[in-house]
Amino acid sequence: MNLTALTAIDWVIMFLYFAFVLGIGVFLKKYMKTSTDFFLAGRALPAWVCGLAFMAANLGAVEVIGMGASGAKYGIATCHFYWIGAIPAMVFVGLFMMPFYYGSRARSVPEFLRLRFDEKTRGFNAFSFAVMTILSSGISMYAMAKLIQVLHILDVPLAKLGLPLSYTFHVSVIVSALIVLGYVFLGGLTSAIYNEVLQFFLIVAGFLPLVFLGLKNVGGWSGLKTQLPTAFTHSWQGMTNVHNNPLGVEWFGLVMGLGFTLSFGYWCTNFLVVQRAMAAGSMTDARRTPLIAALPKMVFPALVILPGMIALALPTPRQAITVNVNGVQQVMKVNTAGQGLIPVKIDVATGKQAVDSEGKPVLDYDLAIPNMLLHYFPTGILGLGLTALLASFMSGMAGNVTAFNTVWTYDIYQAYIHKGAPDKHYLHMGQFATVFGVALSIVAAYAANHYNNLMDFLQLVFAVVNAPLFATFLLGMFWKRTTGHGAFAGLATGTTAALMHLGLTLPHGDVVGMKGGWLGAVLHTYPSEMAQNFWTAIFAFMICFVITIGVSLATKPREDKELVGLVYSLTEKPNEGHLAWYARPVFLGVVVLVLATVLNLIFR
Amino acid sequence: MNLDIRLPIGMMFTLFGVILAAFGLLGNQQIYQRSLGININFGWGLVMIVFGVFMLFLGLRKPAKPTAPK
Repeated sequence: MNLTALTAIDWVIMFLYFAFVLGIGVFLKKYMKTSTDFFLAGRALPAWVCGLAFMAANLGAVEVIGMGASGAKYGIATCHFYWIGAIPAMVFVGLFMMPFYYGSRARSVPEFLRLRFDEKTRGFNAFSFAVMTILSSGISMYAMAKLIQVLHILDVPLAKLGLPLSYTFHVSVIVSALIVLGYVFLGGLTSAIYNEVLQFFLIVAGFLPLVFLGLKNVGGWSGLKTQLPTAFTHSWQGMTNVHNNPLGVEWFGLVMGLGFTLSFGYWCTNFLVVQRAMAAGSMTDARRTPLIAALPKMVFPALVILPGMIALALPTPRQAITVNVNGVQQVMKVNTAGQGLIPVKIDVATGKQAVDSEGKPVLDYDLAIPNMLLHYFPTGILGLGLTALLASFMSGMAGNVTAFNTVWTYDIYQAYIHKGAPDKHYLHMGQFATVFGVALSIVAAYAANHYNNLMDFLQLVFAVVNAPLFATFLLGMFWKRTTGHGAFAGLATGTTAALMHLGLTLPHGDVVGMKGGWLGAVLHTYPSEMAQNFWTAIFAFMICFVITIGVSLATKPREDKELVGLVYSLTEKPNEGHLAWYARPVFLGVVVLVLATVLNLIFR
Repeated sequence: MNLDIRLPIGMMFTLFGVILAAFGLLGNQQIYQRSLGININFGWGLVMIVFGVFMLFLGLRKPAKPTAPK
């Protein structure tokens, strides 16, 4: 493995970043007077701040590392996760859903469900969401500790302290947990959002020079094209048939599964991102938040996917690089097997190279981005690049922790455990929830380290919980006849349908187990895990949609006057007549969609 | 909110920029073999200084506009 040649300057940059992060928390401490300050940033932030946080909250390291990995594995088709799987949903939530979220003054997504439907629908969403946030934040912490281990970042400091290398995992988990705990405890959502904005700029600063050097090395975009298979540089090629493209999906599954159900289910209903828009200072700013987020989101593939593609295109084997570590010349080991900068995966249990069912070696794609950093960055800017990576891990955690403490306090504690206490009580509860949210995340991180399947389990939970959600919100917001019983029945059956579908199908090449088939029979084999995931979402959405309508028609509707501000047909349209045409959210939304279409056409 | 986020961003980027540019100028010049012979620390440090100063300028010019009351 590579030895990371960090020198004093890299550490200085890293520590300064941590000082800034905690400093923001300390500074904001004195403004945390009410629970609204703590959980909703006082609803007073400007749109651009919320917008960048909206985007960066989703840009956790699992995303950064994962997108780089997918870039190396599938090429530019990975951009579908941005252009199809995010942009349309972001425009929709900004233009059509934010008026209800923000206008209803709900303090969280589960609370909106309580206002629109009933207590049981809120409970269902609050509990499943709380579990997901803890698991995600734990996984983020685990992934960070693993990366620090693989890159040997702490080897030298640990050696100086006389501690064994096995402490790397503990030290990484504890230190990152303490920093996140520190700034969220002190400054609440404001602190988390400010740090997400800081992280956004840091990621750009860390990755832009990487892309510049990488592209220069391979001879620009045209040079990259000649060195990769054509399917890697054309996002829509071969999409008519599942066997002709690297993703193993066809256009219908892609557009309906990823582009509609999964993407709208995530961006429109996940409190982690919606909370950022709820923190905005006005309705117009809340509506602009996802639209502003969509602008950088569109071009981010250039920063996170492109380096993965470059890593694959570089020549192997490479020249050995000699580095100076604390005055000692050391030769960095070069991967003997692999493609480009991506090494062959080593099986942890056997210590041998991992092979797939056809006996071909498996590449460790997750190392694409880290190896790019190590390959091109000399000490100095290497510190900046690694800090950007660490920042994304930590804000991924912080995003989940802030969403957790809000849902816990407002939707579980205040709703079921202790109603009617003074506001101060809930502020303290939020701070306390931050502490045990982080503690539970640490437990989840260790669990992930212990059980290799936890990552797969999390994906399963996401697929099952997320898939039907959008049907509930869509019907709830745009069909006033939808009832609470209908919504709950739809969610329950949709979730069950997702579980059943996963239990009866299997992706090609996987064994029966966490990946599917555990209901005893395999009725259908999908060409890839992605295809299975997309179709799970499509089925769950349809079942939820149909059952919600059916049960709603059979149960008693609520009176119109109770639904004002919660349903499209009974809500006054936001009045934006005083704004210049170019400042209106609708105009911004149209610009975003046109640009996304142009990008799809250029890289078709 | 009472802290304009552009100020800490501006401070951090200016500081990082100065550190990188100074190191690129005064430090060992042999390390740039990896970055295709480009003194990336100096070059990128300058870019970060420009961005940091611009952010500071925006943040200090006048207090952040209060959002329009709705």
